[in-house]
Amino acid sequence: MQKSTRQDQHSRPAVSDLIAQKKKNRTVGSTLEKLVPGILFGIAAVSIITTVGILLTLITETVLFFQEVNFFSFFTGTELKPLGQNAVFGVLPLLTGTLISTAIAMLVAIPIGLMTAIYLSEYASEKARRILKPILEILAGIPTIVYGFFAFTFVTPLLRSFIPGLEPTNILSPGLVMGIMIIPMVASLSEDAMSAVPNSMREGALALGSTKLEVTWKVVVPAAISGIIASFVLGISRAIGETMIVTIASGSSKNFTFDITQSMQTMTAYIVEVSGGEAAAGTTLYHSLYAVAMTLFVFTLVMNFIAQYISRRFREEY
Amino acid sequence: MKHVNVEQVQKKMGSRLFANTFAKTLFLLATLFGLVVLVVLIYRVIQDGAAWINFDFLTNKLSTDPERAGIMGAILGTLWLMAVVAPVTMVLGVGTAIYLEEYAKKGRIQSIIQTNISNLAGVPSVVFGLLGLTVFARGMELGNVVLAGGLTMALLVLPVVVVSSQEAIRAVPQFLREASFGMGATKWQTVKNVVLPASLPGILTGTILALSRAIGETAPLVVLGIPALLIPLPDSIFDKFTILPVQIYYWTLDSALVAEYTNLAAATILILLIVLFVMNSVAILIRNKFQKRY
Repeated sequence: MQKSTRQDQHSRPAVSDLIAQKKKNRTVGSTLEKLVPGILFGIAAVSIITTVGILLTLITETVLFFQEVNFFSFFTGTELKPLGQNAVFGVLPLLTGTLISTAIAMLVAIPIGLMTAIYLSEYASEKARRILKPILEILAGIPTIVYGFFAFTFVTPLLRSFIPGLEPTNILSPGLVMGIMIIPMVASLSEDAMSAVPNSMREGALALGSTKLEVTWKVVVPAAISGIIASFVLGISRAIGETMIVTIASGSSKNFTFDITQSMQTMTAYIVEVSGGEAAAGTTLYHSLYAVAMTLFVFTLVMNFIAQYISRRFREEY
Repeated sequence: MKHVNVEQVQKKMGSRLFANTFAKTLFLLATLFGLVVLVVLIYRVIQDGAAWINFDFLTNKLSTDPERAGIMGAILGTLWLMAVVAPVTMVLGVGTAIYLEEYAKKGRIQSIIQTNISNLAGVPSVVFGLLGLTVFARGMELGNVVLAGGLTMALLVLPVVVVSSQEAIRAVPQFLREASFGMGATKWQTVKNVVLPASLPGILTGTILALSRAIGETAPLVVLGIPALLIPLPDSIFDKFTILPVQIYYWTLDSALVAEYTNLAAATILILLIVLFVMNSVAILIRNKFQKRY
């Protein structure tokens, strides 16, 4: 009896030792337990720091720019000649380029995107949806540089055979291709909104003798309108910020014009051209990058806020 | 008393039914438009580029002579870039997601971070390029090397990883956490041993999709000043580099000067599309095979 107890004492630590060890483990564990939330908060703060970083870089350099160039002449100037001795900085050529390419893109993306969404949500059989949705996802996943190549080497030559006056680089072709690029985004966001409309509403309208088109147009679309419009606004924001398609296919002429057969430069393409070039830090040319980027940033931010506001404010809960 | 004027209804019926059929066809055609564009696009790229893909094209360095030009530098550059983007964006993205879903109290800080992330997702990629140029390339004096490009890209795709990781963590049922707490596990032990393993397939899927977005992104790196010139192959994250989309960009721009550059660009696009297709397939495979449904 006594022997076996002694053996136990040899193989197992005493209870008091166990308690001491447990306490030690607990302090290691609990230190970790206390540290983890702080570490994770630090990681989560990186996204905030990124936003602050973007704002700070844009604002500081933009302020420097407006010490060298008059604020009003920048926003009302129709002439942009950033290079050479007598550089002139007017942002209107870039603004019109951006707005015109965006308008062309949305003329393609809004009707086709909405019709696609209606077809997928209201008309398509389960089998058709299973085939069509992945195709839209593939379209959405194609890099924009590939769309740029497509616009420059295929769509522009094709359009030139219809429109003789079209320049080799023009705003029309990248605008159209940008619209194609945005179709999947408009379609899938609008479809989400329409799928959220409860079936009882469709059934009610059908029971009153409506055709499918009448159900769609008079019941489903009005009920989902906040989500649909939000998808349009997000599409606009995407088109304003799109870079590679317009950089490749619209050239770098800083024309102030409304003629869509001509080459125009967008804000994004200007940033690519100047930063990829020889702009030395500290020059007015270099600072103009940030002033244009700030304008671009504000435009897209406002669009995103509008989209969030619309989908929050006008959402109907069922 | 008649509530329905049968005659009137029947008179209108024909045009209503016609409108319905017409609209249905129109909507179908609109949907097929995307398919047609996709087919034309891929057909054009194959037509221009498929004949140019061979072993030399994949293994040669850049050259001004189209016959000898290859994309080895761009392939290595893309791999090095991913070697920076993948770990950085995964640590930041998953860490943020765990904080938001498991640790943050519902309230101001959480909603600020959440709103901030969704706004960050809407910032044009070219603006991220300027951030990278100012902070990483010039501010930290890294220059236009892999590390600077990788950090810029990691921040750009961060929202994608955060949102998909959040969804994956949210999908882990509450009873698993409660069982873990019931066994005496602490919060961090529960997160580490229960929540993360259960949400890993979703997190991996999101990360791969984010990486495939980074692989196709061009604008930020062009803004960062990736050279179009011939440069030595990169050996480390402190070397200058080029990547597939940037290579496509410069070849497309110069295709007006040298006709063969169109073919080189198309061939590179094919390689890029194949890489993206494989990555997306792997992501879908992981999602379908390992995702547990509770």
